Amino acid sequence: MSGQSSYQPQNAFMKWMERRLPIGELIHSSFIVYPTPRNLNYWWTFGGILSFMLGVQLITGIVLAMHYTPHVDFAFKSVETIMRDVNYGWLLRYLHGNGASMFFLAVYIHMFRGMYYGSYKEPREVLWILGVILYMLMMATGFMGYVLVWGQMSFWAATVITNLFSTIPGVGEAVVAWLWGGFAVGNPTLNRFYSLHFLLPFVIAGVVVLHVWALHVVGQNNPTGIEPKSAKDTLAFTPYATVKDSFLMVCFCIALAWFVFYLPNFLGHADNYIPANPAVTPTHIVPEWYYLPFYAILRAIPDKLTGVIALLASIAILAFLPWLDKSKVRSARYRPLYRQFFWLFVATCIGLGWLGAKPPEGVYVIAARILTGYYFAYFIVILPLLGIFEKTKPLPNSISESVLGAKA
Amino acid sequence: MTTVSSTGHTRRDFLYIATAAVGAVGAAASLVPLVSQMNPDASTIAAGAPIEVDLAPIASGQVIKVFWRSQPIFIFHRSKKEIDEARAVDVASLPDPEADQKRVKDGHDQWLVLVGICTHLGCIPLAHQGDYDGFFCPCHGSQYDTSGRIRKGPAPKNLPLPPYAFVSDTKIRIG
Repeated sequence: MSGQSSYQPQNAFMKWMERRLPIGELIHSSFIVYPTPRNLNYWWTFGGILSFMLGVQLITGIVLAMHYTPHVDFAFKSVETIMRDVNYGWLLRYLHGNGASMFFLAVYIHMFRGMYYGSYKEPREVLWILGVILYMLMMATGFMGYVLVWGQMSFWAATVITNLFSTIPGVGEAVVAWLWGGFAVGNPTLNRFYSLHFLLPFVIAGVVVLHVWALHVVGQNNPTGIEPKSAKDTLAFTPYATVKDSFLMVCFCIALAWFVFYLPNFLGHADNYIPANPAVTPTHIVPEWYYLPFYAILRAIPDKLTGVIALLASIAILAFLPWLDKSKVRSARYRPLYRQFFWLFVATCIGLGWLGAKPPEGVYVIAARILTGYYFAYFIVILPLLGIFEKTKPLPNSISESVLGAKA
Repeated sequence: MTTVSSTGHTRRDFLYIATAAVGAVGAAASLVPLVSQMNPDASTIAAGAPIEVDLAPIASGQVIKVFWRSQPIFIFHRSKKEIDEARAVDVASLPDPEADQKRVKDGHDQWLVLVGICTHLGCIPLAHQGDYDGFFCPCHGSQYDTSGRIRKGPAPKNLPLPPYAFVSDTKIRIG
């Protein structure tokens, strides 16, 4: 999909460089003349926002690591030192913590966008799966970062999540002791989480390169879900996509700044300002908001092993989406039934998120079971059947026709 | 010069495969220290030496918490009523059937010693709470009875018993 090699280096240095490392040509063909469908809407700007947020997390994270001490006796204290004593430490930490939330918000919008417009369908399966891998890496990174604060929520989140592995038949206990480096979550656990929390963002950056590479091989999907057929269907990446991405990125930064400056602890838990205490479990433990739907699924199931399997399956099933959705039509614009089930699915995810924060009793458990049922039914019953029974609307002949009308 | 045998396999083919195989074994062996370093280290294991606990100050009905191998151990001085409750239930009807007599030492029926870690996902249950007068886990709602047996909720097993022995009538050694 890369454009014709129209790159003509102007100055002498770039000409010299081009014959040795053609990086100018790579940037030119990938981010300047790269053809993007002319009908992309604002939902397509979140890929750029996600790259930006990864950069924000890397920079603030590396700076925070200069002041943080990964030891059970000093971790909580060093975080408070960052907040009170380090110059601009409060800003850097609030940016990092709220940045993680905004990162997840952006990835959820990005994923729902992909689902609404069928962006995972042939030939974009590998692109989608790389995205699922990125999402899993983000979850692991976010979880371990939360543990580093070493407050009560940090400690008990680490305990509960590592205990998920104790369900593995036979070797579960040994695996958990191996993860902990002890007989409970303790200093060895904190140390290795710090090491991995530092490593994983770079792994994410590496997979992002593969994700963007795969994107540039198959090209972007678009709101009609039909492929560009002529030059009239596309516009150059710069300035069109660049400006559109930049505009929403600025809006997104305003939202981030609003949290950082006005509601820095809104998305956190007061209990995490109590230092970790291995002797007392807080009466109401909940994960960060971005894990709540999965936490609700775990708690909806009364059996330990089945609950853990359901939790893992609810994430892993995303990777199989390209083969579960049998419909030949990509975009929900032309799939009237799919569109309704999709929005019901979005509501289910939000509902599960709400239930994940509620105590695991009474009507909340029943509601969580119903929504868990729909969550899985959406993937393994509704999507395959819709591909067979749904009567889709006629597709436009081309992207330009859908934008400019039949005359174009 | 190698000679080509009738089957098409040469001495060189053998050398390639043998070299690759040794290399693969070496690469696999190098994983041993990399994986093993994450297991509990010598000082952590050494810190798990047995501890002695004096039971005399524990009032009837009281649950105390001590730490052994960085795990909370509950020592529950059960009242007559609490023992009777644990023994009145039909053992076969329990999710993880085990008689109360099997969970205490002979002649020390009032002393219940448990690892205070919920068998669901590792939270510490709260004593004297829940529907069975025993323990209630605040994380996911598992309920244990006055014998530390799972009665309700997602936990699959009874609260485990640490290895312990009575040194005297009022002293136990855990570990």
